[in-house]
Amino acid sequence: MAENKFDFAHKIDMAWCPGCSNFSIRRSLLAALDELGVAREKVVMVSGIGQAAKMPQYINTNFFNGLHGRALPAATAVKACNPGLTVIAEGGDGDMYGEGGNHFLHATRRNPDIALFVHDNMVYGLTKGQASPTTREGMVTPVQTAGVFEKPVNPVALAVALDVPFVARAFSADWEKTRDIMKQAILHRGFSLVDIFQPCISFNKVNTYSWYKDNSYYLKEDYDPTNKTAAFAKAQEELPFPLGVIYLNSERVPFEDHLPLYAHDKRPLYERERALEKIAAILKSRV
Amino acid sequence: MPIFKDDLTIVLAGEAGQGIQTIEALLTSLLKSGGYHIFATKEYMSRIRGGMNSTTLRVASRRVAALREKIDLLIPLHREAMPHLRRRLTEETVIIGEQEKIGHSPMIDVPFTKMAVEMGNSVYANTLAVGVLAGLLKIDREKCRQFIAGYFGKKNEEIKEKNIAAALKGFEIGVGLTGKIDIEMVQVASVAEEAMLTGGEAVALGALAGGCNYFCAYPMSPGTAVLTHMAAYAKSADVIVEQVEDEIGVVNMAIAAWYAGARAMVTTSGGGFALMTEGVSLAGMIETPLVVHLAQRPGPATGLPTRTEQGDLNHVLHAGHGAFPRIILAPKDIEEAFFLSQQAFNLADQYQVPVFILTDQYLIDTYYNLPCFKMDHLPVEKRFERTRADYRRFRITDSGISPRGVPGFGDGIVCVDSDEHDEAGYITEDSEVRVKMVQKRLRKAAVVKNAALLPAFTGAEDYETLIVGWGSTYPALAEALEKIGRPALAQLHFSWVYPLAEEAADYLRKARNIIVVEGNATGQFATLLKLMTGRQIENILKYNGHPFSVEELVREITARC
Repeated sequence: MAENKFDFAHKIDMAWCPGCSNFSIRRSLLAALDELGVAREKVVMVSGIGQAAKMPQYINTNFFNGLHGRALPAATAVKACNPGLTVIAEGGDGDMYGEGGNHFLHATRRNPDIALFVHDNMVYGLTKGQASPTTREGMVTPVQTAGVFEKPVNPVALAVALDVPFVARAFSADWEKTRDIMKQAILHRGFSLVDIFQPCISFNKVNTYSWYKDNSYYLKEDYDPTNKTAAFAKAQEELPFPLGVIYLNSERVPFEDHLPLYAHDKRPLYERERALEKIAAILKSRV
Repeated sequence: MPIFKDDLTIVLAGEAGQGIQTIEALLTSLLKSGGYHIFATKEYMSRIRGGMNSTTLRVASRRVAALREKIDLLIPLHREAMPHLRRRLTEETVIIGEQEKIGHSPMIDVPFTKMAVEMGNSVYANTLAVGVLAGLLKIDREKCRQFIAGYFGKKNEEIKEKNIAAALKGFEIGVGLTGKIDIEMVQVASVAEEAMLTGGEAVALGALAGGCNYFCAYPMSPGTAVLTHMAAYAKSADVIVEQVEDEIGVVNMAIAAWYAGARAMVTTSGGGFALMTEGVSLAGMIETPLVVHLAQRPGPATGLPTRTEQGDLNHVLHAGHGAFPRIILAPKDIEEAFFLSQQAFNLADQYQVPVFILTDQYLIDTYYNLPCFKMDHLPVEKRFERTRADYRRFRITDSGISPRGVPGFGDGIVCVDSDEHDEAGYITEDSEVRVKMVQKRLRKAAVVKNAALLPAFTGAEDYETLIVGWGSTYPALAEALEKIGRPALAQLHFSWVYPLAEEAADYLRKARNIIVVEGNATGQFATLLKLMTGRQIENILKYNGHPFSVEELVREITARC
């Protein structure tokens, strides 16, 4: 295999448990970035907090590893300020659907041209095993001692309902299929969600590798993701969960395309200079 | 008969939606174009219709920028205006309005509504009232006609003509009032060439002059004003303006925008800022510049949403977990709201710290005429560099400030992390690196302190009592001290409220007595000065939701010395 510029030449110390499925997701991401041929300096990884949110640390590119739940507003701003960058937001189910739930909701409205990869292991890992927004009913945890009774979020159905223009579900164990979905998500213009099933080997003894394997299936070749009603029905299927690109809408205009300042001038904000004469004209209008 | 030779306070009062704003807008523009200096401030309730609101106008032959309490001329539009303003009325106050509606005596009865209805529609009552005041204030009749024609020029011909007729009818009535109230103020032609700006507009324009090109906010009174102005300028000035889902999203967007090479600003009020504090701490950790405008209103919690206070100094001073430097600026007037907002961007960029512009409802909503700002000498000092392949965002330097790169500009990569990190931005728990990074961040505090601007001193060298203020109280304090006219009293005013310049303490040490005047209940700034100087400090505090007036300060200060 040729050297991947998004990987490090030196050995890096990764904070994931030995055997964690995050390693597999990283492998998919490294391959996706490499195969897309984007320049390392033109990619920004944005994340919050959690084991999944450490991914940017382990990819040799720009990153903004900010606060818990806040990857999406940050990623939206980075892309808006410099649309030439490839912006990827990444984190876990607690980070994106719990702490960051409101931002997720509103990112769907804005539709920034960013790809969002969510490691969905149905549990909190870094804080040691509490329920997450996607934890299945009945799971006993150190906090939900009588078992979770809240209904889990189905992020894929939620995203389709909100017309996120690219919605997919992947499974970490299939690194090549995950890589391919990631590539499509990055290339798609607009907000792309890839919810990635991943077993947490340390804190989730219910949703194991074989549980995910037994409770999911890949969509057939002839599945049409462009029909929203059919996609929404598909997205609501659980046990087994469909895998693959579930919904695709190429009609929605990305957030950055709505910004008037790029209509006649494509330069990113950092290259621009203040126009004093315009400010003077505004002031003059107040005489 | 009251005669006004250089300064007249007019108050318009009524329910929300009754037309105070229409009269105010017409009148202030007309009087300014006639050559009068204008100051206007409003107090209003947190509701859309009804209630009781008022606008205070000062019309003068010299520059005025402070609130006067005493009403010379009252135009009540509603019966409730009289009890609402009772404390500000004197024996000399002239009241003009519809006696039948207002039910007060004595007053000069001008049946605006009845006359307007006779002209075809009650809506002309407001224009009629403007005409009365224009006549009373000896505005040139032709100028008045042209102004009204221009103002209603976009409406259909009938509406325009009716308004002109109403204004002129009012004008004749106003002229006829000579003898009951006489106004003989000098009109200064150059005033017509000046701009009239609110504090909120000045903050927004200052930000533009500072190179602001990314602006985001969640609406909250009184900070919303800056958002609205920015949105109006967005297209012509090439600014990204976004209303975000909550203040948490707001601050994280703004920080990431700076990271990506923008010059970003947010606006809010105390409650919204409470949600931003995690982001302030993030900016401190990843050493990303940030500019926060916070227009204060009385708290705690929802407090008095449309009123004023200087109660969030401690909040801003201590916001964010962990230790990191910050700068707090509090403009003393509308000019400074412009210039300090401009400067805030360069300061944030230079020192890579959060910079706060702390205003209040009073400053944001107040306006007066001022000469158009000269901007040519105001640089935009962008402080980022093209990165090399071996770029490290948090390189340890003597000043603590590491050269800033932005992603996509150069061969390097820009890595920032809210965890403790090494020079390249990667997470570390190495205790030696931790100590170095803490020291690096705090070294910037010393650099920032050296850059702090000195407070403005006014008075004789051998003063005994120092009257200290910060932020928007400056014009009222300056006018009050001028009125008191005692050389033993000097004024010291802080627009840079944190960190305090070391030399500022010298002014305090020299004083026999120190009185700090501020709009909060606990003397927050006074406490900061006590910490710095160890001096005993007296307070003049106000926290009823209203700004200090000149007369009130004269009373409070003279009662103490």
